[in-house]
Amino acid sequence: MTGVPRVVLVDDHGLFRSGVRAELGRQVEVVGEADDVQPAIDLIASVRPDVVLLDVHLPGGGGQAVVQAIKATQPEVRFLALSASDAPEDVIAVIRAGARGYVTKTISTAELADAIQRVAAGDAVFSHRLAGFVLDAFAASADAADGVKPSFDPELDQLTSREREVLRLIAQGYTYKEIARELYISVKTVESHVSSVLRKLQLSSRHQLTRWAAERRLA
Amino acid sequence: MGNVEEPARWQRDDDPFGPWPHGPFGHAHRGFGLRRRGSGGPLRRDPADRLAGGVAAGVAAWRGFNVTTVRIVFVLIALIPSGFFVPLYVIGWLLIPAAGEDSSIGSRARHDSRGIALAAGLASLFAFLLFVVGVFNVGWITGYAWPQLITVAGLMLIWRNASPEEKATLRRLAEPLGAAASPAVRRRWSAIRLTIAGLLVIGGAGWLASAHESLALLRPLGAVLMVIAGIVLVLGPWWLRIARDLVLERQARIRAQEREEMATRIHDSVLQTLALIQRRADDPQKVVQLARLQERELRSWLFEGRGLNEADGDMTLAAGVRQIQQDVESRYGVPVEAVTVGDCELDENLNALLAAAREATVNAAKWSGASVISLFAEVEPDSVSLVVRDRGKGFDPSAVPEDRKGLAESVHGRMARRGGTALVTSAEGEGTKVSLKMPVDRSRSGSPS
Repeated sequence: MTGVPRVVLVDDHGLFRSGVRAELGRQVEVVGEADDVQPAIDLIASVRPDVVLLDVHLPGGGGQAVVQAIKATQPEVRFLALSASDAPEDVIAVIRAGARGYVTKTISTAELADAIQRVAAGDAVFSHRLAGFVLDAFAASADAADGVKPSFDPELDQLTSREREVLRLIAQGYTYKEIARELYISVKTVESHVSSVLRKLQLSSRHQLTRWAAERRLA
Repeated sequence: MGNVEEPARWQRDDDPFGPWPHGPFGHAHRGFGLRRRGSGGPLRRDPADRLAGGVAAGVAAWRGFNVTTVRIVFVLIALIPSGFFVPLYVIGWLLIPAAGEDSSIGSRARHDSRGIALAAGLASLFAFLLFVVGVFNVGWITGYAWPQLITVAGLMLIWRNASPEEKATLRRLAEPLGAAASPAVRRRWSAIRLTIAGLLVIGGAGWLASAHESLALLRPLGAVLMVIAGIVLVLGPWWLRIARDLVLERQARIRAQEREEMATRIHDSVLQTLALIQRRADDPQKVVQLARLQERELRSWLFEGRGLNEADGDMTLAAGVRQIQQDVESRYGVPVEAVTVGDCELDENLNALLAAAREATVNAAKWSGASVISLFAEVEPDSVSLVVRDRGKGFDPSAVPEDRKGLAESVHGRMARRGGTALVTSAEGEGTKVSLKMPVDRSRSGSPS
């Protein structure tokens, strides 16, 4: 990654887009804005951004429709999901479609810029809330493991205890640096744990993940 | 007491027709010196306190009687076999204006020609039905029922001309009838239906006529059934239409109620907060606090379907954590990021855990100076853990000042008494972390959702 990441904003609220654009200032280069699924797909295909800041809720369908359409043609474009609702079913759907992370719209500007940088660099970004969702989802699917067809790779279906620890600390608001210090590991290791959780989240065939998300309504 | 005694006497002297001594047009006789008694005004139906038309309540208020007594008397009179009281009541409903209204339903109904036609048609159908019932020669039923022709027609007129609230009452009374009919009916069936109905009625009537000659015992019964079936076919669509009207009107009412509730809710919450924010525009922290509080309330209403202040009947851990979050945010203006993993019902131990967590959170909000506090709860198979963490100024645990000892003791004490543990780690400049853990007896409480 050289220079500032080129970003496309996809959100149906014009006010929110202009707010984010103003706040991020020169930390990123906003190369385009779209307010719905189809315009977003067209725009992303033409401007080829590094990162798409994607609202989970769009009038013409969920944000995952954008992710799926772009993944097929431009796998190098990375998505960071943004949502005001925190409804786990939406968040999990976008992540499973291929988004590299999820943050709430109440996130501070500095954190948002940091998250964009990190997604642009190929890392995963877990907000404390997403970490909570994931812990919950995998705990639920471990509980309800009976009578379910496992993934071809059973490792995908559960988190290691280290990954669990990392997620717990993220859920408690720790930064990667703080986690590294707390667990006596390097920041790189923390990042690889998070990426591995993201991979499991996207690849696990446990359909309870989706069902869990649909059933669950989190604080 | 004299106030009650006197109208009673007055009514006895002057009231051969029951509860409407001035005839149905009570308002035309307001010069009769009624001001001394009861409400002191002209006879008005009381829409606020009514079971049906509010006539009993109106009479009670008018003459200063007890409403219940009047109602019991009404019901007793209504049971008199001649059955003339019920239509009388309906006429009263029609002709006595409701309190707060200028005109009676009857005067409005005069201009409702379609309603009158419907009422007349309905009455004729009813008469037809009675005629059929009369075949069975059940004298007392028909004796009681013939006056109800007026009841039916009157109710029809009330239905079409009453105020919405009165319609709601009427609907409530008619609901058991309406529920029996399903609202699906198509226009193109009506010709077929009428033909079949006509055949059934004519055939039945012919059969009835012939039955007299043949003297077969079972034939009249079959014929009567045919006639009844014909009538049902004729009347059915009308019933269905009424039922559909009921449904539509109820839906409209529910929608209106929802809209109203929504408007109230938004006014009470969002608009109030926006007003507050405008007045506090020079205090950024307060503005952020207000916005967060409002966001949380709106969120819990929109996405979880519950109000901020609605008490949860059976509280769960997640709800308890949410409550701590809301209370601390609103009271101390410090954002609390809460994450709950899993959920379970609360018992005494978990209540103690929540109380300790609240203590720790409040303390962090008051003393740490941190811009955000995180609250993390996780339900594990054999324990529930709760972590309260801030990135505030922290403290040196070996040199705890007196005013913070309270926290340590109350948190530690609370947890220890219930078999839990509390671990407080803090360093100056690095914030504080309070880790609480309470063992759970899974065999007793429910599994996590």
